[in-house]
Amino acid sequence: MNWFINSLGSSIGKKLMMAITGLSFCGFLMAHLAGNLTLYGGRDAFNAYAEHLHSLGILLNFAEIGLLSLALIHILTGLYLFWQNFRSRPVRYAVNKSAGGRTIGSVTMPYTGVFLICFVVFHLLNFHFVDKTQTTIYDIVDTAFSNLPYTLIYILAMVIVAIHVSHGLWSAFQTIGANHLKYMPFVQVASIVLALVFAIGFGFLPIYIAFNL
Amino acid sequence: MTQTINVTLKIWRQNGPKEKGRFETFNAENISTDMSFLEMLDVVNEQLTRNGKIPIAFDHDCREGICGTCGAVINGRPHGPEKATTLCQLHMRKFKNGDTIAIEPFRAMAFRVIRDLVIDRSPLDEIIQAGGYISANTGGAPDANAIPIPQQTAETAMDAAACIGCGACVASCPNASAMLFTGAKISQLALLPQGRPEAAERAISMVRRMDRLGFGNCSNERECEAECPKEISITHIARMNREFLKASFFSSVK
Ligand code: FES
Repeated sequence: MNWFINSLGSSIGKKLMMAITGLSFCGFLMAHLAGNLTLYGGRDAFNAYAEHLHSLGILLNFAEIGLLSLALIHILTGLYLFWQNFRSRPVRYAVNKSAGGRTIGSVTMPYTGVFLICFVVFHLLNFHFVDKTQTTIYDIVDTAFSNLPYTLIYILAMVIVAIHVSHGLWSAFQTIGANHLKYMPFVQVASIVLALVFAIGFGFLPIYIAFNL
Repeated sequence: MTQTINVTLKIWRQNGPKEKGRFETFNAENISTDMSFLEMLDVVNEQLTRNGKIPIAFDHDCREGICGTCGAVINGRPHGPEKATTLCQLHMRKFKNGDTIAIEPFRAMAFRVIRDLVIDRSPLDEIIQAGGYISANTGGAPDANAIPIPQQTAETAMDAAACIGCGACVASCPNASAMLFTGAKISQLALLPQGRPEAAERAISMVRRMDRLGFGNCSNERECEAECPKEISITHIARMNREFLKASFFSSVK
């Protein structure tokens, strides 16, 4: 088992964990978005979707535990990498200049990451850990987004998700070694496209609800 | 007709690895634009020596861009603003009269400053010692071209082998990671049949050594490939990742 710990604990091993958990979250977000699109179908469609999801029962609990473990790995490894990388240059440069490799996504990765942890906690408190016996999930969502600050926080969070994904997705492919002459340009475009899909797909929902479009 | 310019230099001075460093300002006057950056520093140093002051220490050897000894961070860019050039090949014509130029050593926890702009790059040598070689037991010399290697593969291996080990990748990386260097060294051997027998062992021991030496972790910022004087691509980092993961999870090497 020692070899296993050593491999995952190496610089490339830690990146691998970030990549695999990150890719899983991209998959999760796609499923989440697909589900949320039922909001455009109105109250009944959305409530039906939620009910259907909850009828999965124990499977849903497993999925939740799975997501929580992925999140823990992604967050703890990410924070550890951030600290190690910070430490690796004790004397900073007086003049910093990019040669053009960095993007807003890559520069802000740790910060957008930390923002997203806070957002996920906030989001779960809003919609997950609430008493749903007297009301339906649609009404909770509806009330939440009739509150302007909430709407704004959600839209901001979705822009930040997009920034995080724009670097994360192609980066994950590079990390697992899938940098191929023919496919990499496609993966890079796909990262931007997926980031936009998340920003627009999720980000437009609060606006739609808030303004009762 | 040669043109001359005057520039102001803000140079990092540090007496030894443990000493505190600081910037000192120098005026370099009547510098021919045909001079290389290092020749400009030579002029400043001659002046300093004539005035009984200690010259600025900087590393250099071939001065033709092939040995990897020179290097400093010029206005935030390792080896200066020009693409695909080492510091010794950078010319003063790239600067304008009156420019202020900040000159700092390559900075990383793994690279100690020995004096001024001179750093200790021996951690890169240690990574090579961990496996950046092939074991060739002597015997009759094999026939040249006995093992066919596709031209494309040979070219890719050569692209990786172009690395001169200057350390600009580490210097430019926001995380001071040595992954482009290590990736290039692992790639150049992994691509060729002669390197395959030891590939798994090599990937594991070079990566572990790199980690132990205190380099940061790659976060795919791509600054290294943009600054590399030999324009080595991060596809070699991807190949290293592949080699390492293959070796870690599918080979019998522990
Ligand atoms: S002195 Fe040899 S590469 Fe610059």
